[in-house]
Amino acid sequence: MERLIPLHHLSLGAFGKVRHLTADGNTRRRMLDLGLICGTRVEALQKSPSGDPIAYEIRGAVIALRSEEASKILVEVL
Amino acid sequence: MSVRQVTRERMEKEMFQINMQHEELLIALAGNPNTGKSTVFNSLTGLNQHTGNWPGKTVTNAQGKYIHKHCKFILVDLPGTYSLFANSVDEEVARDFICSGEPRATVVVTDATCLERNLNLVLQVMEITDNVILCVNLLDEAKRKKIQVDLSTLSKILGVPVIGTNARDGVGLETLKDAIYQVALGNSKNTPLRVSYGDVVEKCIHILEPYLQAIIKDQVKSRWVALRLLDGDSNIEALLVQYPFLRTGETGEISGALEIVDQMLLEDHLERDTLRDHIVTCLVTQAEEITQKVLSYEKQNYNGMDRRIDSILTSPIWGIPVMLTLLGLVFWITIKGANYPSQVLAIGLFWVEERLTHLFLSAGWPDWLHGLLVLGMYRTLAWVISVMLPPMAIFFPLFTLLEDLGYLPRIAFNLDNYFKKACAHGKQALTMCMGFGCNAAGVIACRIIDSPRERLIAIITNNFVPCNGRFPTLIALATIFIAGAMGSWQSVVASVSILAAIVLGVVITLMVSKLLSKTILQGLPSSFALELPPYRKPQLGRIIVRSIYDRTLFVLARAIIVAAPAGMITWAFANIYVGELSVLQHGAKLLEPFANLLGMDGFILMAFILGLPANEIVIPILVMSYMSAGQMIELDSLQTLRALFLANGWTWLTAVCTMLFCLNHFPCGTTLITIKKETQSTKWTLVTFAVTTITGIILCFIVAQSARLLGLV
Repeated sequence: MERLIPLHHLSLGAFGKVRHLTADGNTRRRMLDLGLICGTRVEALQKSPSGDPIAYEIRGAVIALRSEEASKILVEVL
Repeated sequence: MSVRQVTRERMEKEMFQINMQHEELLIALAGNPNTGKSTVFNSLTGLNQHTGNWPGKTVTNAQGKYIHKHCKFILVDLPGTYSLFANSVDEEVARDFICSGEPRATVVVTDATCLERNLNLVLQVMEITDNVILCVNLLDEAKRKKIQVDLSTLSKILGVPVIGTNARDGVGLETLKDAIYQVALGNSKNTPLRVSYGDVVEKCIHILEPYLQAIIKDQVKSRWVALRLLDGDSNIEALLVQYPFLRTGETGEISGALEIVDQMLLEDHLERDTLRDHIVTCLVTQAEEITQKVLSYEKQNYNGMDRRIDSILTSPIWGIPVMLTLLGLVFWITIKGANYPSQVLAIGLFWVEERLTHLFLSAGWPDWLHGLLVLGMYRTLAWVISVMLPPMAIFFPLFTLLEDLGYLPRIAFNLDNYFKKACAHGKQALTMCMGFGCNAAGVIACRIIDSPRERLIAIITNNFVPCNGRFPTLIALATIFIAGAMGSWQSVVASVSILAAIVLGVVITLMVSKLLSKTILQGLPSSFALELPPYRKPQLGRIIVRSIYDRTLFVLARAIIVAAPAGMITWAFANIYVGELSVLQHGAKLLEPFANLLGMDGFILMAFILGLPANEIVIPILVMSYMSAGQMIELDSLQTLRALFLANGWTWLTAVCTMLFCLNHFPCGTTLITIKKETQSTKWTLVTFAVTTITGIILCFIVAQSARLLGLV
């Protein structure tokens, strides 16, 4: 469990595997709808000019998440 | 009632309000945002609904009709959604429509290049109804990326017809129509795949189903309602309030069954909180498994090109400069290109005016009639057409090109952090971009924002970006005044000043959003995810046709409809005398001291007020006011316009303040009515009116007074 990092700390070009969502309520449901379930592979693609949000590849789609949301997704670095 | 409820009711009223005749068949069109759903809709119905390459485009509900094999179909375009779990108004509306039982079939449009994510929605729709047709669209994009979709295997797995299309070129649409026909008429029976949720959940569904069948009498939906009872609201009465159209009987003995189910779940350590996770996980996993069976890639990094483009367009160093350059380039091409056709049009139209005048004179018709119709109405129309048509015919195709390529979501991505700092929603950048087209459309687009607080902020501040109606004013003033003396650099300087006006508009949007967040609309930003869709190869021919037809002519027609009577009224005001002065001059005289404080004159302010119905007519009204005051010049080019303004005491400061006020003043009548409709509140409509106008007044006051104090004028 010690190797888990919040998604927005994943370095660009690196892959992570979703292990845990700390969000709840509506935010959690939306994350699940995007396919962010346990085991989903995510790649950090691109930072926006000001560094936040960051675009991730999630199940074939490119989704930008603000750091507030990404910090609630804990991933294992692959 | 909350804003969300109001919106849901309003949207459902719009959508359920279907003027259906006896033999017509209702078909629903569902799909993720940005799958070309609107293109499919347009190709099937021939209706020109505006489509764009960014999420959340279908914000109003479109209906269209078509005939296939002598059968009449009504197609309803549902809002694009990722799921039907009702996290947002759009999802609620789409879900309600599909499960209302009204549509005879539901077509789910999916993106072939992003099938896995799309299948999640397909599986959810299949839980509500058997009559599903899957349309795998954008096959050409998939081919370009060397992705192969095995459609027949997909159809076998899902148990519903799967049709591959390429809607932009009309490929596969006949087959799609055939499939809709077969399913809607019940000629082919689907056997949709049921996602399995594991032993315990299936047992629970099994226990609940018989009771539910007594209440709602539909095999398919009873399973779906059972699932909703498990993952959400365990109170059947409360649930049926949400789905009133499902109920056919009384809820009686089901509460006993629910208790048993609760007990079972408890024993299996599946608490209700985690059940939703469990259900979604099953859906996503199922979608993943299916995708693995039907998709094959030739290249692993099939999105490599998109990544490389994104690494430039959204790069930390180049992102913002490229964005500004692109916009500046669009304006430069517009100004440079519109110059000559504008002159030709003006010469032609004023030649016609002379002929008309001759006609009136030789026929011996009264002077006032000539004034009202020719000098009032015709001249205003001529001005609107010659000054507005050429820039619009160049600007809109260019802007549509950027939109079609998929650039707008990148703008939102680049600017998101600023919106976050203003405590606003990330999608506000998208609704703001929509405002460049038309503020009323931008206000409607705010429906894609779920949080009522952030939605109101987006609505109130939408007017700070110039719309179609105001671009021509800005372009004309920038060209003749700010860049007037620049010689060959004229068009560049004019482009840069319009760009500056837009940047200013965005800055004001952010500042006012922040101010609202800290005062009357307090709260934290709640943004969630922004999708950056794949870049699409634009189709130039279609872009030109569509932007000329949908936008240019639409805006021009609106301008003409408003400008014709406004031209007459203004001429009348300018020629009806009370004492020494005309009605218009009295008005202008009254406004003069205040207007002067803002760096303008009474006539300009008067033109803005009279231009309330549509921003397009502000300059024509102004021109008429000035001309009626004595100087009867032939207005056949921007140079004479400059001369006319100079003769009326304009300086560069007047032009700057007029441009600023143009950018920041009350929304046009259409937009105000739209705000009232969208918020169902007179209060917020008035707040918008006040916020935008006060911003303009403050800004003009500061600029005018500082320039005068510094002795710049």
